[in-house]
Amino acid sequence: MNYFYDIVRAFSDGIFLTLIKDDRYTYLVKGFSSSIVITLLSAVIGVILGLLIAVFRLRGKGILSAIANGYITVIRGTPAVVQLTIIYFVILGQSGLSDVLVASVAFGINSGAYVAEIIRAGIMAVDRGQMEAGRSLGLSYSQTMVSIIIPQAIKNVLPALGNEFIVLLKETSVAGYIGVKDLNKGGTTIASVTYDYMVPALCVAYIYLLMTTSMAAAISKLERRMQRSD
Amino acid sequence: MIKVMDLHKYFGELEVLKGVNASVEKGEVVCVIGPSGSGKSTFLRCLNLLEEPTKGEVYLDGVSILEHKKDIDKLRQKTGMVFQQFNLFPNMTVIENIMLAPRKALKMSEPDARKRAAELLARVGLTEKADQYPSRLSGGQKQRVAIARALAMDPEIMLFDEPTSALDPEMVGEVLEVMKQLAREGMTMVVVTHEMGFAREVSNRVFYMDEGIIYEEGTPEQIFQNPTKTRTREFLSKVL
Repeated sequence: MNYFYDIVRAFSDGIFLTLIKDDRYTYLVKGFSSSIVITLLSAVIGVILGLLIAVFRLRGKGILSAIANGYITVIRGTPAVVQLTIIYFVILGQSGLSDVLVASVAFGINSGAYVAEIIRAGIMAVDRGQMEAGRSLGLSYSQTMVSIIIPQAIKNVLPALGNEFIVLLKETSVAGYIGVKDLNKGGTTIASVTYDYMVPALCVAYIYLLMTTSMAAAISKLERRMQRSD
Repeated sequence: MIKVMDLHKYFGELEVLKGVNASVEKGEVVCVIGPSGSGKSTFLRCLNLLEEPTKGEVYLDGVSILEHKKDIDKLRQKTGMVFQQFNLFPNMTVIENIMLAPRKALKMSEPDARKRAAELLARVGLTEKADQYPSRLSGGQKQRVAIARALAMDPEIMLFDEPTSALDPEMVGEVLEVMKQLAREGMTMVVVTHEMGFAREVSNRVFYMDEGIIYEEGTPEQIFQNPTKTRTREFLSKVL
């Protein structure tokens, strides 16, 4: 009985110290919004970059395709946290951009490589006849790609893309390396004051879980909407 | 309207077209018949550069399409094409399928494109299907939509690549009926087909293709009643 009482007591003290005392919950709220902003921005950058790179790779020859291949090799072959460090300290460090923006660019560039491969697979799964039909109507290659092929490709790979966005969101938790006050950093900041790691870590984990599950729900809703034409 | 000179096409080592010469006049309906693998579809696909000829010349309205590859999108707007597998855009409704090319390639306004698409749908008898997705249509209906989609660009010539080969037998008639109507209205047509009845009844001329060339050509009467060459006779005795 006493043991049980001690645990509850430790927990409630922990919650008080972690969240309530000195308004410490604001570290988590601010961290949460930074994490959301970085995820959304980098997802947008990643999709745009991914589409371009996928099309460059599919065209198969020339300098653009070589650049695309090199980009994918380097980005997939090195850890995101190392890329983040390089982009922050070596490339954009003196640019005066806010650290949230630098992180968004870094994670966007990182995600673009994975998105490119996902979309390339989606484009290759679209029937060849679709391109021929578009071209035979007098549409250009890029008009056919944008209006006909890519919408079908994205529909094909929506589950894989959703997965990539969830991975991306979790990956942003290393943004603290360059001093971004993201959600994870918010948790460790609180812990460094209270010397209690358990409660902040559990809170941070729970908030990430909420974010990823809502993201998964949004993706499945989108999937169902796109299945109208089946 | 179309003139083809000494057209050759290789796929790797395989020579599919071995020097095709042909011409199609305005308002003519030409049916291309022949055994599988004789190059009929490849010939048709060279006419709008879906396949690039290895050698030879294709003139459309006197313009060499091989010398004007940069303008191929403009040139293709003059040639509508209908495919064996329909190739409708599955993510768009029937009317959106028809409106897409006029909107994007001709920059037609949305109300104009919609009006034109509705007229074309009425012409192929599918007004009530306008807002359905292609997956809800039968094969015959899909092919009629595909014809309407090609007509939306106001082509001068229509190319048909075995338009009824993927259809259940009971749906062949409705598609051929639309094509006959088009022919009566004076559309220039090149039709690769296995429908000998259609070829005999509707076409002005028949190309019999074999061994990668136009082996024999003539009016339907000449080809179907008095073929002069042995291979033509053999082929027709198998299919008639």
